Amino acid sequence: MWLIITALAAVITTAIWYVKAPEDKYKLGLLSLIFWGATLMWFVDHVMAYLTEGGEFFEINLDATLLGFSVIILALLVWLIVLLVSDPKGVLKRVLKGQRVFQGKVQQVDFVKSRVQLEKE
Amino acid sequence: MACFLVPMGEAIATSVVQKGMEKREKKVSGERTKNTGLNWSRKLSWLNKLLWGGTILLALEHVWHGEVVPWPPFLTAMENPADVAPMLHEMATIGVAMAITVTVVWAIIVMIAESKVKAITEAKGTPVSGGE
Repeated sequence: MWLIITALAAVITTAIWYVKAPEDKYKLGLLSLIFWGATLMWFVDHVMAYLTEGGEFFEINLDATLLGFSVIILALLVWLIVLLVSDPKGVLKRVLKGQRVFQGKVQQVDFVKSRVQLEKE
Repeated sequence: MACFLVPMGEAIATSVVQKGMEKREKKVSGERTKNTGLNWSRKLSWLNKLLWGGTILLALEHVWHGEVVPWPPFLTAMENPADVAPMLHEMATIGVAMAITVTVVWAIIVMIAESKVKAITEAKGTPVSGGE
């Protein structure tokens, strides 16, 4: 079941990546390659197990389904970490510098001043 | 049992090669690289993403099935000497097959990408130089 779920995730991610291409600001190419890598490896695993041991090709039960969704969550987590570390929109950089974007312009936020103002109010 | 260790080994090797290629390409930016826009470090990054992605997700599956544990010797097959030989056999068959399949698929992707880039370059009328 996890092979089906991962393959489905790979197809969906690749389709979204293609729609947005050539721009790949949010690193969807990375996410689709992660899913395709796992799909290929599990496909080989399933084929070889089927040829040597026989039995059912797909394991369809609750445990296998839960594993499939856990795999998706892990892949999304890896992708999110890479995305936040690379920070393509510069959001984290601005937050750490204490800046905000207001009407398309970058403004410096004085946190101490705004706190004093809030306390006065 | 531990089949994902073979693609992981390949991923480590290709990551090292990619880093070396990146440094080399920064130093020497050849004519061919400029014309095609597809350098080897970029092509290898696709292989690395396929291999590392597969390895990480397969590692989770092995943890799920109790084949990998967070304490030494990390692989449950290593705890029983009778399980070591089947584990090595699985690595030599399924693990190697996984690594070869991923590499072959990557090679096909690279070939398609190269031919597409070549077609675009020829359509633009700029000659592709650098045949070694």
